[in-house]
Formats: sequence, structure tokens, C-alpha cells
Amino acid sequence: MAKRRAEPLVWLLFSSGGLVAALLLPVLMVLFGVVLPAGWVSAPTEAHLLSLARNPLTRIVLLGLCVLALFHWAHRFRYTLYDGLRLKHLSKLIIVGCYGGALVGSGLAVYLLLVAL
Amino acid sequence: MSVRYTEFHPRWYRPPMSVFWWAHRRSYLIFVLRELSSIFTAWSVVFLLLLVHAVSQGGKQYRQFLDLSSNPWMLALNVITIAFLVFHAITWFNLAPQAMVVRLRGNRVPRSWVSYAHYAAWALLSALVAWLILR
Repeated sequence: MAKRRAEPLVWLLFSSGGLVAALLLPVLMVLFGVVLPAGWVSAPTEAHLLSLARNPLTRIVLLGLCVLALFHWAHRFRYTLYDGLRLKHLSKLIIVGCYGGALVGSGLAVYLLLVAL
Repeated sequence: MSVRYTEFHPRWYRPPMSVFWWAHRRSYLIFVLRELSSIFTAWSVVFLLLLVHAVSQGGKQYRQFLDLSSNPWMLALNVITIAFLVFHAITWFNLAPQAMVVRLRGNRVPRSWVSYAHYAAWALLSALVAWLILR
């Protein structure tokens, strides 16, 4: 029963995570993953990034992005393992691994964005 | 005897299916690739959190992070990541009208409009983020 009641919640996290990931991750990864390391544009100073990241709005947006995108991963990867690798018989282990991983990652994101920054 | 729902229907005959069932047809392959995009979404979150951590530690760690990102292996991984992220975004926005029924004065807004709105939001947000970081 508990599992069935949780299903709409994890689906909601999956779908909102899919949306924010689609809207924000490509531009962030293009910039920080390729354009800046390859030197096509001079990298912003650390002071500029720090002041940008410490803005309360940035913190909330980044935290929301990280948490929702991680739960998006958890839900989608769970079904990838079920269907793609035909591992449905390991359902319990996969559920604990996926959502547990997303929880740990979210905890880390809270620490890095709200405490350590 | 009452018939009860079981997850696997162990008493029914089911033909065995290969683990590589998705390799036999193009549409299945695309489905599995789209599912696999979630791994790259998770990697992006890890990468960005590492960046935030480096920036919060000071200029030296930030430069080290940029050096690490310019490693050819890291660049290759991130190029593949971007390809999967864009694939995810496009399939997501194209599917949005199926999941989202928008009504305006009682009439259903055409499906294509819902997709276009998502693409417009994507373009605007990307431009805003790039401007904030590079200005």
C-alpha cells in the first residue's frame, strides 16, 4: 500500500525534474562543460561566480534544479533497470538504490548550496 | 478460488525475452537511449555541485576545476552529456502537449502551441543564464 501511495509523488518529482532539467541543464553544461574549459570565451572570475551563486534566488533555483533532477534520474533509471535490463525481480533493491541515491545527493546539494557556500 | 493480483503472474506462461530486446528495432533503441539520458542528467548535477564546491573553496580550487574540465576525457564526456541532455529536452518538449491540456476560454489550446511555449521558455532561460554567467 505504502508503495502505491508514493507512486503519484515520485511521478510528480519525475515530471517536474524532467522539465527543469530540460530547461536549465543544457545551457549550464554547454557553458561549464565545454565553452569555458575549451577557452572559447574567457572564464568568469571566481569572485563573479561566487557573488552570483550566493544570491538567494540562485541558491533556491540551483537547489530545486539539483533535487528535482536527481529524483527525475531516480525514477527514470528505476524503470530503465526494470525494462532495459529486465531486472524487475530486484525491485526492492533498485527502489532503495535509486531513491536512496537521490536522497543522499539532495542532502549533499543542501549542504553545498545552503551551508558551505 | 479467487484470482489475486500478483506482480509477476508466475503461473502464466511467458516466452523468455532477451536482455537486448531493445536492439532489434529502431524505435525501441530510441526509447532506451531516451531512458538512458537520465544518467547524464544525474552526472550534470554532480558536475555542477563539484563546480559550486570548487568556487566556494576559493580561486585556486576553481582554477583546478577548470583544468580538470579541460581534460580531453572530461570534455568528451561532457559533449556526450550535452547530446543526451538536448535529446531529453527535445523529446520532453515534444511530449509536453500529451501531458498538459491547456484550455483558454473553454477551448483547448492547440498542441503545437504548448510545445512552442516550452521551446520559447527554453531559449529565454538559456539566454538569461548565459548572460548572468558571462556578463
